[in-house]
Amino acid sequence: MNNSDFDWKPVALVPLLALLVFPLIGSGSTWLTLTVAGLAMGLIIFVIASGLTLVFGLMDVLNFGHGLFIALGAFVATTVLGSMSDWTQSDELWRNLVAVLPAMLVAMLVAGAVGLAFERFIVKPVYGQHLKQILITMGGMIIGEELIKVVWGPQQIALPLPEAMRGVVLIGDAAIEKYRIMAVIVGLVVFGALVWTLNKTKIGLLIRAGVQDREMVESLGYRIRRLFIGVFVVGSALAGLGGVMWGLYQQSVTPQMGAQVNVLIFIVIIIGGLGSTAGALIGALLVGLMANYTGYLAPKVALFSNIALMAAILLWRPQGVYPVANR
Amino acid sequence: MSEPLLALTGVHTHIGPYHILHGVDLVVPRGEVTLLLGRNGAGKSTTLRTIMGLWRASKGRLTFDGRDITTLTTPEIAECNIAYVPENMGIFADLTVRENMLLAARNAANEKQIDTQRLDWIFGLFPAVQKFWNHPAGKLSGGQKQMLAVARAIVEPRELLIVDEPSKGLAPSIINNMINAFAELKATGVSILLVEQNFNFAQKIGDTVAVMDNGVVVHSGSMQALTQDAALQRSLLGLAI
Repeated sequence: MNNSDFDWKPVALVPLLALLVFPLIGSGSTWLTLTVAGLAMGLIIFVIASGLTLVFGLMDVLNFGHGLFIALGAFVATTVLGSMSDWTQSDELWRNLVAVLPAMLVAMLVAGAVGLAFERFIVKPVYGQHLKQILITMGGMIIGEELIKVVWGPQQIALPLPEAMRGVVLIGDAAIEKYRIMAVIVGLVVFGALVWTLNKTKIGLLIRAGVQDREMVESLGYRIRRLFIGVFVVGSALAGLGGVMWGLYQQSVTPQMGAQVNVLIFIVIIIGGLGSTAGALIGALLVGLMANYTGYLAPKVALFSNIALMAAILLWRPQGVYPVANR
Repeated sequence: MSEPLLALTGVHTHIGPYHILHGVDLVVPRGEVTLLLGRNGAGKSTTLRTIMGLWRASKGRLTFDGRDITTLTTPEIAECNIAYVPENMGIFADLTVRENMLLAARNAANEKQIDTQRLDWIFGLFPAVQKFWNHPAGKLSGGQKQMLAVARAIVEPRELLIVDEPSKGLAPSIINNMINAFAELKATGVSILLVEQNFNFAQKIGDTVAVMDNGVVVHSGSMQALTQDAALQRSLLGLAI
């Protein structure tokens, strides 16, 4: 697509929001700290939400159980990182990364494998039936949470940041947490990989086409259900990765953490336009920034602020910031 | 007479509680252009969708090249070398023209693997496809979208091309382009099944014709016989073709 054809208005919302709150915050360093924290949170949410939006876009599947993969990823990370404490307690970054990267990979593998079973046994029987999808996927998540309690126990588990990822980097007077910078980098890498896959590969082309008109994709001779299973598994794996990042961000994990993040990710994919990856990124960044700004300015309205943000955007664009054509 | 390429025998189709096709018998001879005519709601589009497996035949039999395709899925039917252009054209509006074409080229992993000779031939038939190659398909005009839809269907050789209302909403000059395109395709040995409401368009390109009403085929024969038989035309035009 030519740059001239791209709709830049939703992209402009992100800096616009950041600039609008600047006078309210007053301090430049506080604003910078909150902005980087918001971007980091937004990119973690994007990693989690990107798979969910494609799952809905491709097959109209409302998966309210997506949060399960977040919690699962985070708990797997506690086990992997717990067994590599020598590496996580080192103050050398490369040794920390040697622990964190396998934790992320194992979390993605486990979440992806459970995602495959979830799709085959829970989602497949209710294709095309939204009400049943909501009920059964929520039920699946509840069962999954209980199984997590069986394996890891019901209590909150600490997931401390590896040694070299703790602390802050000072930019002028602004203190930026090192881990948030890392979260931004990982989020951008995932976004870049998704954009490359969606725009430069035939599989990506099929996903984008399937989100718009799955019947036509089938009429061209492609088996969209197989594609959907692949997207579901990758989406679950990304939620697992997001769970690791979210757990490290919060420095603790609970079996209910997925259900808590679920609210945010549904706000994100609705803001973005169901089925739109670029929209999910914009939605996630807006939600991350809004949560951090309101958490500082008016903590009591932090969750409400994101719902208000969603309502405002839907008044502007009822199908989300990047509505998918043909839907 | 050789075995028809496509044959429907006593095909019934239900959509939810509605019984739309009531025993359709239709043959599409090899290498010919077959026109399916009829008033709105006669069941023409449903017949095409049933052929493609988008709606299941509840009774009856469909065969393609001697193979029973009644229970095949839509992708399996498409893999039999059948290309389909639905009434809404099925253009992927958010993709570029190039991406739409690449998607239809099942055997090509990327643009370089599309048969360039065939692509040049398609560009000759439909210059708009070349002109707007890197433009979003959603920004094309209705006529250009129709050209893209047909171009996409023939980007790789297919045995049967099925098009639902190719002349719908097209300017006369574009209709002539379309007629020339179908004639060239037929000359390459492709069999074509068209649903059409525009009888002038239909009689220019049709070899055989079937007329539907109330979910059944009420007339079938050669297009030449229909165009030369004023009484038959009147009786069929009475069905508001």
